[in-house]
Amino acid sequence: MTLPTFKGGVHPPDGKSLTEAKEIEIHQPIGDLVFPMSQHLGAPCSPIVKKGDRVLAGMKIADSDAFVSAPILSSVSGKVKDIGMRMTISGAMETCIVVENDGLFEHSSSLLPHSDYEALDPKEYIKIIREAGIVGMGGATFPTHVKLSPPPDRKIKWLIVNGAECEPFLNCDNRLMLEHPEPIIGGLEICMRLFPEAQGVIAIENNKPESIRRMEGELSERGSKIRVIPHEVKYPQGAEKMLIYSVTGQEIPPGALPADVGCIIFNVSTMEHIWLAVVQGIPVIERVLSVTGDVIANPKNISAPIGTCIRELIDAAGGFTEEPAKILSGGPMMGVSMRSIDVPTVKGTSGILALSAHSSLCPPESNCIRCGRCITGCPMGLVPTNLDKLVRIRDYAAFEQNGGMNCIECGCCTYACPAFRYLTQSCRDGKAGVMAARRREQAQKKG
Amino acid sequence: MNRLLVVASSPHIRANLSTQRIMALVMLSLVPAGAAGAYFLGVRSILVIAISIASCVAAEALWQKCTEQPITVSDLSAALTGLLLAYNLPPSIPLWMPVIGGFFAIIVVKQFFGGLGQNIMNPALAGRAMMLICWPVAMTTWTVHGVSGPTVLSLVKGADSLSEVTSRAAEAGQSFPTLIDALLGNMGGCLGETSAIALIAGGVFLVAFGIISWRIPVIYIATVAVLSVILGRAAGPVYEVLSGGLILGAFYMATDYATSPLTPKGQAIFAIGCGIIATLIRAYGGYPEGVSYSILIMNLTVPIIDRVTTPKIFGEVKKHGA
Repeated sequence: MTLPTFKGGVHPPDGKSLTEAKEIEIHQPIGDLVFPMSQHLGAPCSPIVKKGDRVLAGMKIADSDAFVSAPILSSVSGKVKDIGMRMTISGAMETCIVVENDGLFEHSSSLLPHSDYEALDPKEYIKIIREAGIVGMGGATFPTHVKLSPPPDRKIKWLIVNGAECEPFLNCDNRLMLEHPEPIIGGLEICMRLFPEAQGVIAIENNKPESIRRMEGELSERGSKIRVIPHEVKYPQGAEKMLIYSVTGQEIPPGALPADVGCIIFNVSTMEHIWLAVVQGIPVIERVLSVTGDVIANPKNISAPIGTCIRELIDAAGGFTEEPAKILSGGPMMGVSMRSIDVPTVKGTSGILALSAHSSLCPPESNCIRCGRCITGCPMGLVPTNLDKLVRIRDYAAFEQNGGMNCIECGCCTYACPAFRYLTQSCRDGKAGVMAARRREQAQKKG
Repeated sequence: MNRLLVVASSPHIRANLSTQRIMALVMLSLVPAGAAGAYFLGVRSILVIAISIASCVAAEALWQKCTEQPITVSDLSAALTGLLLAYNLPPSIPLWMPVIGGFFAIIVVKQFFGGLGQNIMNPALAGRAMMLICWPVAMTTWTVHGVSGPTVLSLVKGADSLSEVTSRAAEAGQSFPTLIDALLGNMGGCLGETSAIALIAGGVFLVAFGIISWRIPVIYIATVAVLSVILGRAAGPVYEVLSGGLILGAFYMATDYATSPLTPKGQAIFAIGCGIIATLIRAYGGYPEGVSYSILIMNLTVPIIDRVTTPKIFGEVKKHGA
């Protein structure tokens, strides 16, 4: 039987064996906790605490009036030590709240537990989800309450839980499905109460047979209508557009959103947090991440408070066996390479990956040999080698005309290129160039 | 941690397949065909191969040195051109000719157009075409174990039936090669093109390792076979496929990345075009064999094929760019 999938894609070595059998360990933070004001897509938050205030775990410390935003909550109890500029994962300096951990882990949350959540008005769920600071925990960090509030004319037919975890090395979603299937299913059931006509689906790549069995077992025990759909193992199976295509057979038109084709997609960890927030009254104050890579001494899956210093987590995994060349937040295909490990984790940090020089550096670029591997790899049907040439001559108009703006930056083209050309990187440059040109045009119209 | 971390844009890992490795695998897959050539057509073949490779590599290094470019002969693409050029030459060729052919292929056909991946024609085939124009006799003297005679295709040229073909062979003092001979390569021809079985083994190896797609060779060969039947060629489709340069051309020349279309659909159009032109030249043209020219002509159509066969962008309803 062939499993559902999409056209294109690549098969990078998955590196999952390093952590797939490691049970999630709880990490107790030692140092200060740092909370950047922008941990989500949308408007950044502003601090609502002052230096010197005592905060408790689960207490809101920053918020915004904007709809597309999500509050930030302290993950420990302690004193606000400082509010100021700190380096974040991207390497940029951002306003951060620094909390000195008093080690007491005193909890206080505005959220109430609702063991009788079925009696609750579904509209309440959205409020709770916002207050709990839930965003897309797969890494995209789009505020979940916004996702759950599609325009009324969009009829939602599918609620898809994304357990593909197609990024090599990462196992946080896999472990969560194995160890905590009930809250994931519970979270989906809560969402299904918001969209009673939608069907619930959990999509998992077929390289996680244990997780598939575990979720299926749990569902059949409950007599649930939710289906688990095993998918072919191929990167980027977990990309939103690819997953919607393989589950529903629909292609999202350029510029459209999943809701436009009747779908909402969530990461498994987002589902768990929805359940925790609604049923137990626990907001987003910690998350599971894989600390792994070929130079990590003892790769493991860790549940750590949001805001924990990444250096602490690397130490918890035994440190390095040899000098790392790159340290990434996220997986090797789409992760961000960090310039310092003295930066905090945020809501979207799904993994810390330390890679050696031989696994993460490549020889210099050479001429394109027109082998076509970038084209067969591109899940969006683009011709990356041509887009690359256009960007290098700064012809952004032609880049746009050739569909460059559809690039999802999955990295398949660069991964597959035998001439080691920086194709994804060129597309990123091209997209920025087009956006800059659009801004210039708008400014001229106004002026 | 003592060193600074490398900060770069994703992705951070690469497939374990470089240009150099691709070229090396293609050369490796060509070894059986060369060995068969040396066995059936004479060990002089090996000398021709060595000189041809050395000339191409020297030409590329010299050009890049003179034009102050980085020397890239270690990517093995010039060596592969040399190997393929040699496979398109008769084993009895005077040894200075492949030197000229190699320099022409690398400097005029490849480097003048911008080097690796930029050339519009296959350098080895264009080199061979130049040599065929300059030295028609030396380039078409076919010997098997030192005895020269006509090739299958020159016997078939203009013949109406298989019996006419075999009687022509007898007149030339030769026995018409059996199908087994044709399959193994025990017949006259260029030193690397005669052993169909060795070339097919190499081609299957390349397809299995994902270096080439099955599309161009299979469609090209099938087009020739079908068209030979339609045109009523005297020796029948099996000889048409096994003799001449079709197998070598279909698996190794027409699949050259630089000079074939980028997309599967484009490759299918390209292969059909090659098949039609090759058969038409064989049947009605001035030469007994048309594989080289069919590929060279289709090489020139690649930019336009690429333009009309851009893939459909995910989510777009209308075909893009057509």
